[in-house]
Amino acid sequence: MAFLDRTARSLLLGELAGGMALTLKYIFKRKATINYPYEKGPISPRFKGEHALRRYPNGEERCIACKLCEAVCPAQAITIEAEPREDGSRRTTRYDIDMTKCIYCGLCEEACPVDAIVEGPNFEFATETREELLYNKDRLLANGDRWEPELARRLELDAPYR
Amino acid sequence: MIAALAFYVFAAILLVSAGMVVSARNPVHSVLFLILAFFNAAALFLLAGAEFLAMILVIVYVGAVAVLFLFVVMMLDINFAQLREGFQRYLPVGATIGVVLLAELVVVLGGWRFAPEATSLRFAPTQAGLHNTAQLGRLIYTDYILLFQASGLILLVAMIGAIVLTLRDKGASRRQSIARQVARGPADTLVMVDVRSGAGVGEIGILRPLVDEPEPAGDAHAGHDHAGHGHGGHH
Amino acid sequence: MHAFLQTPLGVVILTLAEALALLVPLLMGVAYLTYAERKVLAAIQMRRGPNVVGPFGLFQPFADAIKMVMKETIIPTGANRLLFLMAPMLTFALAMIAWAVIPVNDGWAIANINVGVLYLFAISSLGVYGVIIAGWASNSKYAFLGALRSAAQMVSYEVSMGFIMVTVLICVGSLNLNDIVMAQRTVWFCVPLFPMFIMFFISTLAETNRSPFDLPEGESEIVAGFFVEYSAMSFALFFLGEYANMILMSAMTTILFLGGWLAPFGLEPFTWIPGPIWFIAKVMVVLFGFLWVRATFPRYRYDQLMRLGWKVFLPLSLGYLVLVAGVLLVMGWLPHVA
Repeated sequence: MAFLDRTARSLLLGELAGGMALTLKYIFKRKATINYPYEKGPISPRFKGEHALRRYPNGEERCIACKLCEAVCPAQAITIEAEPREDGSRRTTRYDIDMTKCIYCGLCEEACPVDAIVEGPNFEFATETREELLYNKDRLLANGDRWEPELARRLELDAPYR
Repeated sequence: MIAALAFYVFAAILLVSAGMVVSARNPVHSVLFLILAFFNAAALFLLAGAEFLAMILVIVYVGAVAVLFLFVVMMLDINFAQLREGFQRYLPVGATIGVVLLAELVVVLGGWRFAPEATSLRFAPTQAGLHNTAQLGRLIYTDYILLFQASGLILLVAMIGAIVLTLRDKGASRRQSIARQVARGPADTLVMVDVRSGAGVGEIGILRPLVDEPEPAGDAHAGHDHAGHGHGGHH
Repeated sequence: MHAFLQTPLGVVILTLAEALALLVPLLMGVAYLTYAERKVLAAIQMRRGPNVVGPFGLFQPFADAIKMVMKETIIPTGANRLLFLMAPMLTFALAMIAWAVIPVNDGWAIANINVGVLYLFAISSLGVYGVIIAGWASNSKYAFLGALRSAAQMVSYEVSMGFIMVTVLICVGSLNLNDIVMAQRTVWFCVPLFPMFIMFFISTLAETNRSPFDLPEGESEIVAGFFVEYSAMSFALFFLGEYANMILMSAMTTILFLGGWLAPFGLEPFTWIPGPIWFIAKVMVVLFGFLWVRATFPRYRYDQLMRLGWKVFLPLSLGYLVLVAGVLLVMGWLPHVA
């Protein structure tokens, strides 16, 4: 009897029909993907995206050229040169990040004592040429200015866990 | 007029491609020319009103036989230099035989004429009002059914012979038995074991199937007898 | 005007116009089949599919076509140039010329020939040449492996396909496609010959190298199989040929088993819809089957493919053929041969 049952099942393609029915059911399921350029998924406050150099509310740049980020960077993507400014404070004259080398580990952010270099929520910074991905200080500061409200909120949200 | 023109075009291509089959340097090109020749022969059949034969020619010869030809020829690794080695030495003998054959053909064909009443002498005259598929069917499956069956039997014998000559199953190969795989249910393979904490499962083999599956014959000694022959890989 | 169409020149022009009237919608169908495939696969995999180019991504096929045309055709150094370029053209041309005999409505075929089924079978059995020649001419091992696989596969499945067609032909008593459809006025052949219908559908999958029989392509094993070395337009021709073949095979299934342009059971409200629309609708249903199967089943292993063809389909189709012939003979239902 079991043999008959089995033979009938295999001749009537029971399992194939079952598989087809399953895939047919899935056609009518809700899509798991989002309509990307128009819809975006939620991003954690710890998301490590494009880098930015932040400023204090009075407009003074935070970076004090301690070079901890340069030292900690495992990909050696950061290059910093520094000398004292006219008012005697220590500032960078050059702060470059080679975004093609960066591995987005976030160690620079961790190392920074003044929360100057941060990785922001922006992940849509693809470019057409390689050169555009070699960020200099101006570009990073501009990023910071552009994303500051978001960056400050992220730091605040993440603060309890640090 | 158009039919005559078409006939000459197809006939010319047929002859040229038949020549190219013999003379082409690359054997793959030869096979492709052979296929072209088949096609033109089919076209000639069509012109003669034998559309069934034309299609069967394409299906059987081009669609199946020539595919296998091509298949084999592509796999060949021919060393052309070695093939042409004895060309000079055998040229005189070969040329002599060729000339003799050609002369014989000329003598035979030179004296050959169609009988004046050739059309009426045909074995199976065409019947009016039946198209050629039906006529062929009647001829093969009604009038000459015994001969047809006999030729089928001869082909069957040839097929069995070829299989007997080439099949070398020493019993060492393991085959997939799909029926057995499909018939295997969870009850045959899974055992639920209550494991006391800290005690572990008593014996390692508990997860093996409990039913005794007969091992394929010859498999048992395949491991040590033929170990050096390279079919231990699947175990 | 009517007199002009009787002259040789008129006949040629008329035939060309008919061919154009068939091929242009066909090529549009091919374009939108690629779109439909992506959409159906996406839906089954809970994705969205192309939706950016035009409304609902409807212009995606044209974007793809432009991309294909603009790219550079690369011919490998060791390739046999002539055959390398000939193979995709052959594939594409074969997929097109088979349409000459397909009747879309009663008598609406470019060539309503006596041996239409044989013609279709012959043309579809030639499809393997495009693949073999491409595989050999590329001078690449993956391409060659793909060609070998497809040669063996297509020859094997043609055998059972032939028997299935013979079964239908026994029920009809004619090789003419128009007659085959008209013989299904009372009941479509997919009902009395249901097992054959299923086997025919599966064989067409194998014949068009579609999943789960896409071993000649086998992306995960032999990269892209016989067309690894192809790019740009030569690749596009293979692509178009494959999809045109799918449509052709669906049309063949429709004619042999689903009653061609006939409305279901000849019932009143259905017969108001014109025949060609029924034909297209049925072809689309079969095509959906192709896509659905692709989304459902994993690829066969090569020995399983051969086993299925020779040890399952061949005996089953041969047995059913004998059964059908016996039933027709005993019941005296054999059709009268004209």
